[in-house]
Amino acid sequence: MINIVSDKYKTVKPEDVKVWFKAASTDLFPIDGGACVKYKDLQIAVFNFTRLNKWYACQNLSPEKQEMVLSRGMIGDHKGIPMVACPLHKKTFSLENGENLNGDLDAIATYPVKVENGFVCIGFSE
Amino acid sequence: MKTIIVVGNGMVGYKFCEKITAKEESKNFKIIVFGEEPRPAYDRVHLSEFFENQDAKALEMAPAEWYSENNIDLIVGERVSDINRTDKKIITAKHREFSYDYLVLATGSSAFVPPIKGVEKEGVFVYRTIEDLEGMLAYAAKIKEKNPNAKAAVLGGGLLGLEAGKAVMDMGLEPHIVEFAPKLMPRQLDSRSSQVLQLKLESIGLNIHLSKATNQILGDKAITGMEFGEDDVLDVEMLVVSAGIRPRDELGKYSGLEMGNRGGIVVDNKMQTSDPNIYAIGEIALYNQMIYGLVAPGYDMAGVAVDQILGYTETLMPDEIDMSTKLKLIGVDVASFGEPFMPASKGHSIIFENKTQHLYKRINVSLDGKKLLGGILVGDATDYSMLHQIFLNGMAIPEDPAQLILPAIEGGASFGDVMDLPDEAQICSCENVTKGQICGTIESGESNDLADVVSCTKAGTGCGGCKPMVKDLTEATLKSLGIEVKDSICEHFDFNRQDLYKIIQVKEYKTFNDVLDNHGNGGHGCELCKPVVASLMASINADTANKEYAIQDSNDRYLANIQRNGTYSVVPRVPGGEITPDKLIALGEIAKKYDLYTKVTGGVRIDLFGATLNQLPLIWKELIAHGFESGHAYGKSLRTVKTCVGSTWCRYGMAESVSFGIELENRYRGIRAPHKIKGGVSGCIRECAEARGKDFGLIAVEGGWNLYLGGNGGATPRHAELFAEQIDNETVIKYIDRYLMLYMRTAKPLQRTAAWQERLEGGLDYLKEVIIEDKLGIAEDLDHEMQTLVNKFECEWTQAINNPETMKRFNHFVNSEEDDDNLVFVPLREQKMPEKWV
Repeated sequence: MINIVSDKYKTVKPEDVKVWFKAASTDLFPIDGGACVKYKDLQIAVFNFTRLNKWYACQNLSPEKQEMVLSRGMIGDHKGIPMVACPLHKKTFSLENGENLNGDLDAIATYPVKVENGFVCIGFSE
Repeated sequence: MKTIIVVGNGMVGYKFCEKITAKEESKNFKIIVFGEEPRPAYDRVHLSEFFENQDAKALEMAPAEWYSENNIDLIVGERVSDINRTDKKIITAKHREFSYDYLVLATGSSAFVPPIKGVEKEGVFVYRTIEDLEGMLAYAAKIKEKNPNAKAAVLGGGLLGLEAGKAVMDMGLEPHIVEFAPKLMPRQLDSRSSQVLQLKLESIGLNIHLSKATNQILGDKAITGMEFGEDDVLDVEMLVVSAGIRPRDELGKYSGLEMGNRGGIVVDNKMQTSDPNIYAIGEIALYNQMIYGLVAPGYDMAGVAVDQILGYTETLMPDEIDMSTKLKLIGVDVASFGEPFMPASKGHSIIFENKTQHLYKRINVSLDGKKLLGGILVGDATDYSMLHQIFLNGMAIPEDPAQLILPAIEGGASFGDVMDLPDEAQICSCENVTKGQICGTIESGESNDLADVVSCTKAGTGCGGCKPMVKDLTEATLKSLGIEVKDSICEHFDFNRQDLYKIIQVKEYKTFNDVLDNHGNGGHGCELCKPVVASLMASINADTANKEYAIQDSNDRYLANIQRNGTYSVVPRVPGGEITPDKLIALGEIAKKYDLYTKVTGGVRIDLFGATLNQLPLIWKELIAHGFESGHAYGKSLRTVKTCVGSTWCRYGMAESVSFGIELENRYRGIRAPHKIKGGVSGCIRECAEARGKDFGLIAVEGGWNLYLGGNGGATPRHAELFAEQIDNETVIKYIDRYLMLYMRTAKPLQRTAAWQERLEGGLDYLKEVIIEDKLGIAEDLDHEMQTLVNKFECEWTQAINNPETMKRFNHFVNSEEDDDNLVFVPLREQKMPEKWV
């Protein structure tokens, strides 16, 4: 079972997307790295996982100490699971389902991402 | 589906849940757990740790989610008030009813409060729950405000009482222990060991009052003192009662279960009460006419009840229960095992006592001298695990049993290797784990290191007393299997840092992906290998952190030190600590403009805190305009070369330490290494620059410099070692060049020079052979490599702000100019700091 620490951030499944938010041009995101997107009062970390040719999005809020930093973390994989490491204490989270891979912190919320006409779009349910 | 209701969510109640859910058959049962306290079960044994960190979560046995993940309904904050045995129902204080097929009572105990006059006064507490502690903390803060030297007493000098004494001491109150008996810990210790413990505790500030019967508690509304007899009064403003426990056996009484004369619900060796559908475990269970107030027997009882309910009826509670304990009381080891007291008719005692060192060891052996029957250890319990094992397993003891407790004599036969224990020896008594299970999980390949062993067997997760033994067993077993501990940097590479250094150097790789694709294990890198490769590229190619910034470590990525709220601190370079008034003013004005918290660092530079990502380039533009450059405080690279003022001003100075310090700092600035590097230059042997605490340090002497290498502060402080004497500036530079280059080539990731030098085979002599005598014939390469790095130096902040591509990273949002709106600062001594972490 996965619990989300902050009420504001709730995982959105692809089938529940109601709004595709056009965030920014793809070239603003570093190769195999991330940047933070503002949507309403949310902060969303978006990662350009170039090695997998995939994009991922999750809450920017680190559940450990409630700081807005995840987009600045290093990405990679942990035993094959794509992950981001929080820059504060290197807690790692699965980019697929938000699970904390090296501890028992609450899972983070994840969001669907697609690229359209060179723009990164993030899926929200509201 | 049958229902099991567990009443009580303490350590033993939780253990019942953990043990039952580990069994397949538990799927056929619905499990409901009631807890009276507002939170899930926590580790009461380590309650005093709550004072150190005030983190209730850290004490949790398992988080609330654990229960739902295991299909257990946990109902906290609701007390079970009655049992209807005829209808097999329980009734809660909120008048709700729940039916059960099996009922497990694990309500534990409450603190026993003796009927002393005035005990109800304000400021009298018991020591049992986190809520008790919170109440004590709040009260202590209140009385300390009025009287900073306030005193507090603990009634009871037993195990819990002394723990409470530590808690009181941690709260900053003057601690007094009041005990009715003529000795401390009367149930575990003999008089002599008790005296040793008393001496030790008094030496660290505990006041101990023995043989005191409290007549009444003084004070109007709140406690002001304790009266023992006529004219015998102790003034205290707070009292913690820790005079023993009382089983919480009301439910048994109300529902007519068979009870003991002095409380406790009677159980048999199946943990069954007089009602076959009701079990009682832990501190309410009266087994063999005894209440067992320790965790380990409680856990065993939980295991017996689980097996009995699931139909494994052959699991029974043993007749004899091991009451051995080992604990650290206020930093003092205290242990007792087997029969701590022994009448001379039953055995002989061997006693070793050293009051000057607060040490006491006693063992009791059988009359024939062949068996160990029990013992007591105070002050040093390192022998406990081994002695306890010998006792439990009835192992043979040396002809002269004194060898078991006397300090080992060099060259003498070593007795007590963990591997000599029989397989059935119980190593972890809380979790009932044997030596065979620990070794087996490694031999089967299930566990590869200590962390695996702990998670597979749960050994060491209870009181933790067996941890050293588990570690020794794990290491010895791994060694016996010929398993080498791998030092590859992470799961993505089978190479260590030194291997990768050679690979990158020889193959001339320029990007992380080149290295990963050609030499990795097929993954995509991680937070361990990315910074290592980034640092290697920098060491080999003189790259700055601006290249491939997404593989840089947290601080390097933004060329600043990330602080705890996600803002950054800025440290410009001030070589040798020399700074002009104009530059100092510029720093002050910039700090003021951006409202940055300002502090002089440990490396005597000026640190500006609280800059947001968006502000970093703005601040640096201004700093650079005033002639500053990056100080690399964020990098695993040279930090500062600290200097004393030297012969420039000092009347004792032998050499110009500032000038040479500046030269060295400017030479090695920006060079990336396995870890940070610090230097120091002192102008005379008074050593004001503390150069011997640095990675490289110089002290001016008659005829030149003495060069010291491999020192550091940090968690393991180490003085640098004298490497060469009376050498000139040019030779100093040559030696440091070679030393640092060799370190950069061969050290492990995040290994300081001190640790590297200490583990270097051949040590300092080897270094001298390589650096001074060029035994390996690589000196010229080392010189050349270092000179290339020096020549290629570029300030990475100047580079960053002049390149639009690398500037993109300094925006909090990629789609907005706004700053992080999550930041909260609070005032601090005319400056600001981030809001405290929750």
